[in-house]
Amino acid sequence: MASNPAAGFTCHANGESTPGRGSSSGRSRRYRCESESDVGPTDKSLARLCSRDEEERAAALEELSRGVLLCLELDRSGSAQLSKQTLLLLLRLSRSCPLQGVRERATELLRTAEEQGVEVPRALASGPSSFIPAKEILKQGLDQDILIESFLSLGRVDHITMVMALHPAYLSCFLRTQHALLEMDGPLPRHWRHYIAVMAAARHQCSYQVQQHSAGFLEAGGEESWLSGLEHAPTKLRSLQTLNKLLAHRPWLITQQHIQELVCPGAEPRWSFAELIHAVVLMAHAHSLCSFVWGCSINPEPDHIGGYTFQLPSPSHLPRCPHSPAHEDGRQELVDGVMEVEVLMQRMVALQQQEEECTQEEMVTRFERERSESIPTAVVRGAPPDLVLRLVEEPEFRYEDFAPKGEQSPPTMRAQDYSWEDHGFSLVNRLLPDMGQLLDEKFQVVSNLTYNRMAMHDGVDTHTLRKALWNYIHCLYGIRYDDYDYGSVNVLLERSLKVFVKTMACHPEQTTARIYHAFWRHFRHSEKVHANLIVMEARLQAALLYTLRAITHYMR
Amino acid sequence: MEKMSRVTTALGNSAISGRTMFCHLDAPANAISVCRDATQVVVAGRNIFKIYALEEEQFVEKLNLRVGRKPSLNFSCADVMWHQMEENLLATAATNGAVVTWNLGKPSRNKQDQLFTEHKRTVNKVCFHPTEVYMLLSGSQDGFMKCFDLRKKESVSTFSGQSESVRDVQFSMKDYFTFAASFENGNVQLWDIRRPDRYERMFTAHTGPVFCCDWHPDDRGWLATGGRDKMVKVWDMTTNRAKEIYCVQTIASVARVKWRPERKFHLATCSMMVDHNIYVWDVRRPFIPFATFEEHKDVTTGIVWRHQHDPHFLLSGSKDSTLYQHMFKDATRPVDKANPEGLCFGLFGDLAFAAKESLISSDANRKPYPGGDRRYPIFFFKKPDPTEQFAHVSSALSVFETDLDSNRMDWFVKTAQLYLLCGKPFAELCDHNAKVAQELKRPQVSKTWTMLRIMFSDPANLTTPGLNHNLSKLGTMPLMNSFNMKEMSSGMGTESRLERSKGESRQDNIHLEPGNSHASNNNEENEETEGSEGQAEYMFCDAELDDDDLYSMENDNQAEEPEYTLPQEAFQLRHEIIDNPSAPEHLQQDKADSPHVSGNEAEVTCLTPIESFSLISISQPLFSPHLPASFFCPIVREMLTYYAEQGDVQMAVSVLIVLGDRIRKEIDDLTQEHWYMSYIDLLQRFELWNVSNEVIKLSTCSAITCLNQASTTLHINCSNCKRPMSNKGWICDRCHQCASVCAVCHHVVKGLFVWCQGCSHGGHLEHIMNWLKSSAHCPAGCGHLCEYT
Repeated sequence: MASNPAAGFTCHANGESTPGRGSSSGRSRRYRCESESDVGPTDKSLARLCSRDEEERAAALEELSRGVLLCLELDRSGSAQLSKQTLLLLLRLSRSCPLQGVRERATELLRTAEEQGVEVPRALASGPSSFIPAKEILKQGLDQDILIESFLSLGRVDHITMVMALHPAYLSCFLRTQHALLEMDGPLPRHWRHYIAVMAAARHQCSYQVQQHSAGFLEAGGEESWLSGLEHAPTKLRSLQTLNKLLAHRPWLITQQHIQELVCPGAEPRWSFAELIHAVVLMAHAHSLCSFVWGCSINPEPDHIGGYTFQLPSPSHLPRCPHSPAHEDGRQELVDGVMEVEVLMQRMVALQQQEEECTQEEMVTRFERERSESIPTAVVRGAPPDLVLRLVEEPEFRYEDFAPKGEQSPPTMRAQDYSWEDHGFSLVNRLLPDMGQLLDEKFQVVSNLTYNRMAMHDGVDTHTLRKALWNYIHCLYGIRYDDYDYGSVNVLLERSLKVFVKTMACHPEQTTARIYHAFWRHFRHSEKVHANLIVMEARLQAALLYTLRAITHYMR
Repeated sequence: MEKMSRVTTALGNSAISGRTMFCHLDAPANAISVCRDATQVVVAGRNIFKIYALEEEQFVEKLNLRVGRKPSLNFSCADVMWHQMEENLLATAATNGAVVTWNLGKPSRNKQDQLFTEHKRTVNKVCFHPTEVYMLLSGSQDGFMKCFDLRKKESVSTFSGQSESVRDVQFSMKDYFTFAASFENGNVQLWDIRRPDRYERMFTAHTGPVFCCDWHPDDRGWLATGGRDKMVKVWDMTTNRAKEIYCVQTIASVARVKWRPERKFHLATCSMMVDHNIYVWDVRRPFIPFATFEEHKDVTTGIVWRHQHDPHFLLSGSKDSTLYQHMFKDATRPVDKANPEGLCFGLFGDLAFAAKESLISSDANRKPYPGGDRRYPIFFFKKPDPTEQFAHVSSALSVFETDLDSNRMDWFVKTAQLYLLCGKPFAELCDHNAKVAQELKRPQVSKTWTMLRIMFSDPANLTTPGLNHNLSKLGTMPLMNSFNMKEMSSGMGTESRLERSKGESRQDNIHLEPGNSHASNNNEENEETEGSEGQAEYMFCDAELDDDDLYSMENDNQAEEPEYTLPQEAFQLRHEIIDNPSAPEHLQQDKADSPHVSGNEAEVTCLTPIESFSLISISQPLFSPHLPASFFCPIVREMLTYYAEQGDVQMAVSVLIVLGDRIRKEIDDLTQEHWYMSYIDLLQRFELWNVSNEVIKLSTCSAITCLNQASTTLHINCSNCKRPMSNKGWICDRCHQCASVCAVCHHVVKGLFVWCQGCSHGGHLEHIMNWLKSSAHCPAGCGHLCEYT
């Protein structure tokens, strides 16, 4: 790796005049340039940039910068232009590559280009998330091993990864699962997988994921027309729509009939069990990831639409750094916040000791109360971008609150009757070997993840709090644990937190900065991300459980 | 003897009887348990808690324990257990974390006795102490196990597993103080009930949760565990480290495991997901279930043997809301449907064959059972219950390697090269070919050629004077003469040998028969080990037979079963097939009862002498000078077909060519063409171009002969510009130069052009021939040492 990029750069500039290169005719140079801007250095050289061989990477970097500089040189005469793609690649590398050398070189090149008078794109976002200050996220630095690993294997470190890197233990198994879902051997073709993920993300109007998987879809050889609307996709994929819709918003409505429609021998086009499970896990994964993306308000990638601009920075356009309300609301707020934490701590301790007896009736009531409590998640956003809308059928189909004391509410699912550990795992593992193991590992990591601290306190057992969060989300999805007292949800989860959790789990696209900043005002951002992870995984598990139960019922 | 008496007392006078039957429950069952005297069964589930009486023909609901208008979650049971000492006492584990005991002796409708709500999470399992009335153990999702004294209001001791989720707890049947607990993380812990601070021993039994464990009812050291990883493992706990002694691989996660009473190696399992069947395994034969019950339509959640000393009744509850009593005799036996023998060819012609050991070894090596006749009558009416026989099934795998030499097909190449197909009188051709075959150790082929000569030569030559004449005429060929003689004598020899071996084999058959039939219904080892004591026992049984049929059957099995030692299914070392006519003596021996030993060439060759002999012996008397050659045509046709079918298309084609018109009309053209094509193809694969061309040339099929007329053109390139010369062979259209110039006379060669393949110089055939007579070097002066052949 060129540890001193400046030196590498000069050396390279000298190289221009060495006999070997100098003797080459202008015609051949132009040829090189054309080919660069036509094909774009993106795919080919990126693949080499991600090589595990350091020398190979260094060579690829040299080639990339040589190509760019050549273009720039010719650009003066106005004959060739750096393609937009190349510029965006440079922009992305300069901002998110965990390899310092590459990052600095890319910055250098962009600056040179700008000095040469090329219109250079600028990233609009100041960091991976618009809720969390960039410096908070990048505290650990970009060059953690796990990020480098992710860059080398995936070709980029996206914003999701950067935010998740606050919890490296989780990140590694998240990436493993995602990689297995999208890239490893499996029953579905690769471009289909990305398309299914696009379909799923579109349900929550998550343009971030839609764009990312669209790119993946095209890269895997998918047909571009499919992305312009569902009607261009094969019927087999379109037949997933109902399941996708239910899975995203009301998984408890999934019955064995839905499964039957897809897999029964007469069904045309017919899904095999392995394909179906693969698709279901993909969809559920994408849905829950939407929760995370919205919940952390992940900014568009620099090379996404809406992630960059070619305009010159103007003062008005500077992204305003979002402040935590504590800054704005002054001292009183601060004191309140401290109090909140103290109270929460006391309650947790009390709960752990209490030996309260309550009747069956009371327990059911508590569950029902939590489930049907009306939490306003009202913010209505502007219409989602067209990019997303054309990939959704019935966009008005949403999560629906359970009716209070519900007569017509669907029956609750008892966790004891169908659990991930006993039933779900076995089914997934049977139909899609390895996936069960990966998911199981992920669930375990997320449920055991703790740093034994809360806000400013260390050495706290947060188990009850985490359990309450998890069970509250399952409760929102109608899953009930006989052995859990839902009264503690009410005790431990303040209303603002409930608002956040419910919004994220059920209407992720309606998350706002206000909701995010309103809860746990004294907690670290990393703790809020932790909460996000719990919501995301709990939601994933709930959706999977309903679908797997339907499949089990169909199979028997 | 002792066991038998125990059985009598255990079963008492109320011998259990019944049939396979079921009843509908109102709701899915989670667990079932029977009371000690096997007359009642309790079914527990989320929405059901009932007691059924087991009657002869049906289940009868005795009691609904789920009372109250809106029953509390305490009735939602994850597990239930009926006390084995105190018949009024039941315990349930509730999904909300409560442990409840029930006293059936209570006069009120609500039989609930005690309620312990000490667990924070779902209780997965409750277990009464097998001998202590008041001791109850529970294991919960919260990772704790608690021991309750039912005379007190709360637990007496708490055991912390230091991990999430206890899935099962079981008191040891033999050690008063010991219990085992299995965990979601794959561990199994052994505890001493007196020491709640620390487990005695811990080991990792499975990857993923261990859903269940069960102590062996008789053997104190054995613990069976079942897990999500689809395995059932049997551990020997008597050693320092828990040792895995058996492992059964099932097809789905194992939810319950229960040892079968009175059968040391049997256990029953059911699964939590996907698979609805109940399997009974013999742990020594882990690849196939001993018996299967397939009645349930949804996953089986609870299994229990009806009586702790009766192996014939199994009760099961299921999510499909049914309660079943399975009779063992009605079980499906997967082994009956399994293929008993396996046969497979390897890539290089090796042959693997697996079959029951008895089938393979008994024929050749085992002596007939001594004294079989004497004992036979005793066994006759004492035949063990066939349904309880999981026959001695160690299979032997034999791998027959083909000899490398035989693989090489040297004989084919040599034969092809040495055979004469034309150019000599018919008889000489035949003799020559016979000799070739003989030298290559292919006597059958050799004889065939000789036969052909005899059949198709002028008949007059073969009458006795003719033979003499022939001999004198062919005196220069003593070989043939002696050959003839030898053939005759060997033929005679074979006859007598055949006779003898027939006699032997007949005797063998007589010897083997009792043994064989015996082996089919029992295994010999077993009988041998029993000795005289066994007989005495049977005599004893005999007396009681009339009273109680079941009893004697019972007895018989018990005496029998634990005694045979079953080796693991094992593979014998491979032994070779020796592809050589002299070798397979064992084939001759085997012939008596296994004529199908092998279908390869070895058999063909070893049978040859007999065949050829019989041919002669039949035809000799019939042979008269008057018989025309065409008389043999059908036989020869059959013979050729036979050879072709055997894969020796070489023989078929060679004979076809040598016989020529004598046989050609007898065989239809298509078949001939087919043979020719196959043979030519083979020859070309062995790169025997010359032979293949000869065959093509000699063939009479039009389709074959025209093979040589196709693509006979050779295109050449100009020696100057390297472009193909299309128009004329000697002048290039492009560079207008004469390409083929004679290196000797420097004129253009317009006729035959010969060139050296080494240096590519050449010229007129004549010139080059002359040149190379005098000089070894190329006439062009390139210095190459050309060769003219």
